[in-house]
Amino acid sequence: MSTETLTGAELRRFLHGLPGVDQVGAEERAARLATRSIKKSAKAEAIDLAISMVDLTTLEGADTPGKVRALCAKGMHPDPGDVSVPKVAAICVYSDLVAEAVRTLGDSGVAVASVATAFPSGRSPLEAKLADTRQAVQDGAAEIDMVIDRGAFLAGDYDKVHDEIVATKAECGEAHLKVILETGELVTYDNVRRASWLAMMAGADFIKTSTGKMSPAATPPVTLVMLEAVRDFRARTGRQVGVKAAGGIRTTKDAIKYLVLVNETAGPDWLTPEWFRIGASSLLNDLLMQRRKLTTGVYAGPDYFTLD
Amino acid sequence: MFEYAPAPESREIVDIKPSYGLFIDGEFVDADRSFKTVDPASEEVLAEIAEADAADVDRAVTAARKAYDGVWSQMPGSERAKYIFRIARIIQERSRELAVLESIDNGKPIRESRDVDIPLVAAHFFYYAGWADKLEYAVRDPRPLGVAGQVIPWNFPLLMLAWKIAPALACGNTVVLKPAETTPLTALAFAEICRQADLPPGVVNIVTGAGETGRALVEHEGIDKVAFTGSTDVGRQIARAVAGTDKRLTLELGGKAANVIFDDAPLDQAVEGIVNGIFFNQGHVCCAGSRLLVQESIAEELLDRLKTRMATLRVGDPLDKNTDVGAINSAEQLEKIRMLSEVGEEEGATRWSPPCELPDRGFWFVPTIFTDVAQSHRIAREEIFGPVLSVLTFRTPQEAVEKANNTPYGLSAGVWTEKGSRILWMAQRLRAGVVWANTFNKFDPASPFGGYKESGFGREGGRHGLEAYLR
Repeated sequence: MSTETLTGAELRRFLHGLPGVDQVGAEERAARLATRSIKKSAKAEAIDLAISMVDLTTLEGADTPGKVRALCAKGMHPDPGDVSVPKVAAICVYSDLVAEAVRTLGDSGVAVASVATAFPSGRSPLEAKLADTRQAVQDGAAEIDMVIDRGAFLAGDYDKVHDEIVATKAECGEAHLKVILETGELVTYDNVRRASWLAMMAGADFIKTSTGKMSPAATPPVTLVMLEAVRDFRARTGRQVGVKAAGGIRTTKDAIKYLVLVNETAGPDWLTPEWFRIGASSLLNDLLMQRRKLTTGVYAGPDYFTLD
Repeated sequence: MFEYAPAPESREIVDIKPSYGLFIDGEFVDADRSFKTVDPASEEVLAEIAEADAADVDRAVTAARKAYDGVWSQMPGSERAKYIFRIARIIQERSRELAVLESIDNGKPIRESRDVDIPLVAAHFFYYAGWADKLEYAVRDPRPLGVAGQVIPWNFPLLMLAWKIAPALACGNTVVLKPAETTPLTALAFAEICRQADLPPGVVNIVTGAGETGRALVEHEGIDKVAFTGSTDVGRQIARAVAGTDKRLTLELGGKAANVIFDDAPLDQAVEGIVNGIFFNQGHVCCAGSRLLVQESIAEELLDRLKTRMATLRVGDPLDKNTDVGAINSAEQLEKIRMLSEVGEEEGATRWSPPCELPDRGFWFVPTIFTDVAQSHRIAREEIFGPVLSVLTFRTPQEAVEKANNTPYGLSAGVWTEKGSRILWMAQRLRAGVVWANTFNKFDPASPFGGYKESGFGREGGRHGLEAYLR
């Protein structure tokens, strides 16, 4: 589905013509899927899959090259004592630290993702946002996590949101574009569905729930609605778009719930790091802890896992 | 593909005895004859169950009468409430055990018995316990009826027991209850709970057996009230048997509910509601949404979504925590579902089921939908009581109402639309005891439940449910 020929009014009509989302029903469905009981071999598989889907993230004002190098080391070898642990999908940093991350990761296979476009608020002139993106891409970021202009979206200016995504996508070149909806600010599931379609129609390679800078960040029902959107978008256009759930996912149990959501909503085609990501920082150590518990039968204390 | 490893709930938590007697006057007593109850998922015999004959029923009614006259009707409501609250708390404490027992005897998934049945059972007792000392706020000069004879079905064994016993006891009646022949175990566990709660002997009596036992109970001259949930055929026989007597009667019978989906419905949630409407409890639900009425303009899209969703249903071991659809309760019911499904094909409807591997042993039926169904087809008119959905289409709201009401039944209906005014417009016109809007199969003890036309009369639940047990 191409939006190049759509006028603003048509875009609006299309987005408002999407089937509504019943809040109670969506939350019930997500809660029901959360009761799936994932044990033994299925749990072991799920943990490794979740590790390989992590976008290991540091997005602080206090980030330094040293901090980023440490995070990269952790991402390449999450558990230094166990080579069977998969590496994470990507390291996610601010754009000025992309070069450092690219240097450290080398050809490890771990990608560098960079937030851009005046993350997290998105409140800057478009030219500044594009410059931010350009810099990150030039420095070697393989993935760009942009934020949408939530103000414009809530004001009904879908055109503006759309055009900014298109412009950012154009700056990305070969890099994948993840579009952050910041669903905590969109609030309603109807908005989440519309924003998902808007982003996909504008060329997003991924749609992402949140910046992680506000609460609520990713929630199971929000992710459910986004997974329904990518499923329906592929059915309609043939193009597959990925989903990234970011923020608030801290435990293995939570991560597995998201994998179940993916499995039973979008389908198993999305159950790879290519199509589903979890943006997190503290989750990884819990995954490692649970993984070691499964392989050795005993829990190791937190000091047996590195803090980076 | 992400395969879920088996996650079975442990059977260890239940202790099924080799044989069970009748529960009369606070004691378990033997009967001359017995029958077997089986696990429908494996066809294994679970236990020998006493079969009450007319003499046993008479003893039970006599015990109930004695308890009514001597203790229960004399007791202040606040005292009765204490017993009922105690029963509710014990049910909560033993909920895991009761859920496993229910799933073993009935075949329903543990997820449903654990998350729906048993919590509702406890909620029902809590709710009516609260009414016991407040009856004068419900009706003027409340007086109990006496001894209630209650006959319940196999689809929600313990929940139907709760719907019957909780309001009866709260109002000061004593009861003789006959559970269904294929699912007696949780009723017998409930008998133990009555003892655990120190309920005075004779207030609750459980007589197990089949149709003859039920007949003896319903026709017994010593009962003042008959409450029945089950098939319309048996309901008719009971109505005949009770006609001309002083017995009060409430009947909760079959249904053929319409689930009406408008073109502006929240489609993903509607699909969930359709699935929950007809595949919940293997479709063994009297208020199941067994007729899908979908607006023609979205029929194709909705069916595509429904089929995709149905392909993710997990059919199998009821005790696996990830099972969505369990076993059909009995060979007899399975045969009926098969027969009516064949009729559907012969009538020219198009049958579809997702690919699905069924276990070798036990009674199973894969979730099935029929499209191209007309109002005149038997599968659109008769209650199948299984995981079989008939899909019809409509063009206008008027046509939806006409088709939805064009059935001898009138127990429940569902309406799916984002337009609030249309929900109200539909609800006023649908002749059904319960109309759900943008949801389906939701129950709450505070909400009355019951039917129109051949779905029976009388209401269970809520304040209305008290009226069935008060003079």
